[in-house]
Amino acid sequence: MKKKHTAIIDVRIQSDDFDVTKENKKLQNDEPGAIVNFVGIVRGFDEKKNESIKSLTLEHYPGMTELEIENIVNESCERWSISAVTVIHRIGKLLPSNQIVFVGVASKHRQDSFDACNFVMDWLKTQAPFWKIEDDGNKKKWVEFNSLDNDAVKKWKV
Amino acid sequence: MIIKYFSWIREHVGKSEENFDLPSNVTTINELIDHLNSLNNQYKHAFAKRDLIKIAVNKNYSPFETKINNNDEVAFFPPVTGG
Repeated sequence: MKKKHTAIIDVRIQSDDFDVTKENKKLQNDEPGAIVNFVGIVRGFDEKKNESIKSLTLEHYPGMTELEIENIVNESCERWSISAVTVIHRIGKLLPSNQIVFVGVASKHRQDSFDACNFVMDWLKTQAPFWKIEDDGNKKKWVEFNSLDNDAVKKWKV
Repeated sequence: MIIKYFSWIREHVGKSEENFDLPSNVTTINELIDHLNSLNNQYKHAFAKRDLIKIAVNKNYSPFETKINNNDEVAFFPPVTGG
């Protein structure tokens, strides 16, 4: 049986921006020794296609998105010793250099936070039902799944 | 049943959601796709490459062989691209 965890989990899907400093303050409630953050930023250039990006629009599957992210976060809290996890993912229209996703993990010791943050982000990329459409100013194109993301989760399989 | 479509599958089908009375001879996701394909070309276009389609039944990832009934919520979408 998997061990029960007591971590505080906060998952939010929102169009509004987020404040990393404020989020880290909240993660400090349980006096952790370490907090690790991942912040995803919208790129203004697609290196694979050699095209500039004017904007991104994200849609998701309300209800399932939260469920999938909570499952991933719960799994991370069972694998590592974690006191709190916050995941924020933005939806709607975003511009280059906008923040798109935040994963914050708090733990007593740094390695648990590093690993859990990496784990949550890798699984979020392959499991959470979000879809991006890119606008280069002339046409809109759905972003294709990147198979490297599938390779990234392989390291977590036991 | 409720059927939901996302991303380019929604665009091909022409709607994001529909209420659908499941015919009694349709018992799996695979059969549902075959049935929808028989209705019009929009579905046929959307489901042309079945290996590019992911399925959720009641908001859980599910394989094509999954048994379904009229109370289920089924969603069709391409591989996810968030983060």
